[in-house]
Amino acid sequence: MTQVDQNALTQFLLRLGDNTLVLGHRVSEWCGHSPVLEEDIALANTALDLIGQTQLWLGLAAEVKGNDSSADKLAFLRDAWDFRNVLLVELPNGDFGQTLMRQFLFDAWQSIMLGRLIKSSDPRIAAIAEKVSKEVTYHVERSSGTVVGLGDGTDESHARMQVALDYLYPYVGEMFLSDDTDAAMVQAGIAPDPSSLRAEYDALVGKVMAEATLVIPDRAYTHKGGRTGYMHTEHLGHILTSMQWLQRTYPGAEW
Amino acid sequence: MTRPDVKQVWEWLDGVPDPEIPVISLVDLGIIRGVAWQDDTLIVTLTPTYSGCPATSIINMDIETALRGHGIERLELKRQLSPAWTTDWLSGKGRAALEEYGIAPPQPAGGPTRCPQCKGSNLEKLSQFGSTPCKAQWRCRDCLEPFEYFKCI
Ligand SMILES: [Zn+2]
Repeated sequence: MTQVDQNALTQFLLRLGDNTLVLGHRVSEWCGHSPVLEEDIALANTALDLIGQTQLWLGLAAEVKGNDSSADKLAFLRDAWDFRNVLLVELPNGDFGQTLMRQFLFDAWQSIMLGRLIKSSDPRIAAIAEKVSKEVTYHVERSSGTVVGLGDGTDESHARMQVALDYLYPYVGEMFLSDDTDAAMVQAGIAPDPSSLRAEYDALVGKVMAEATLVIPDRAYTHKGGRTGYMHTEHLGHILTSMQWLQRTYPGAEW
Repeated sequence: MTRPDVKQVWEWLDGVPDPEIPVISLVDLGIIRGVAWQDDTLIVTLTPTYSGCPATSIINMDIETALRGHGIERLELKRQLSPAWTTDWLSGKGRAALEEYGIAPPQPAGGPTRCPQCKGSNLEKLSQFGSTPCKAQWRCRDCLEPFEYFKCI
């Protein structure tokens, strides 16, 4: 394995961990509010998996970062501008359909990314990817099934799913952008260039949307700025006020 | 103290119940991947079932309590992620105990083969998720009882 810049590796791991952290928190907001009990349980389980994955990614980021860092400190003591998640995962839940559409658009990307990371030159990353990809295979199966069920459902559910796709799709492109951090990962054999995942992603999303009778919008425009930390949406700060409240009010509090 | 035989330690661990499904042991669950002595320290290697499973920390505590109760003083619990846990590692004894308890054991086909209550085979899936990360919800159309299925991963 080629020596890789440890700051770049930390950035890369923060991107993975912040994606699952922020989406995990978003999905957990449904707890107790879902349309039916089974879906409530399913969403809570999905959120739980995502938070568990966060512990692995941010735990490794903290290890690489050193200096007494920890997964908890990274999750609870950074402010919005230090987060490296893509904008897609911080967007509001909207209705149930919008939440599941966002989940599918992310699950599809994550399942493809993890498939590549299993072959990472960094054995720690490969081990996490191997573990997590089993859970994500299950997530994508469920979210794609729900997108098809609601898209190819009643007039009402179809219309709502199309609105959700139109709203969320301009945020998809950010998952495939690359910069110097990605180039460093590619060079060290740690991770693929995100843009190399696009064809497989388009094939998977295209197939599911066709089954769901939904029309994929034009992809000319992409919102970006989350994974580089350049600019998040206004929604991230609101998530953090709720997610980080306890640690900020009672620093160092433990169970 | 003398170092107990690792075989003895495995037997002790087989006496520690899973905190969420107490009819099976941690050994039945297949999450204990190794028991070994390193000088005077006993190393127990564990792999998590699901990365976010809240039982993981309880499991570590239960192992520590049990082994200290058997006189082990120097103990280290190690986490191992790869190879990732699979339901193939559930013991035969564990599978039988699950069904007896009312939870259909995992099947390679991806769904239960029979109702754990009436053994009927006319089954339907209610949800891919259940009360813990490792289970899904199913229902038997013969006896109409809902039941949990231990997901195959
Ligand atoms: Zn039955």
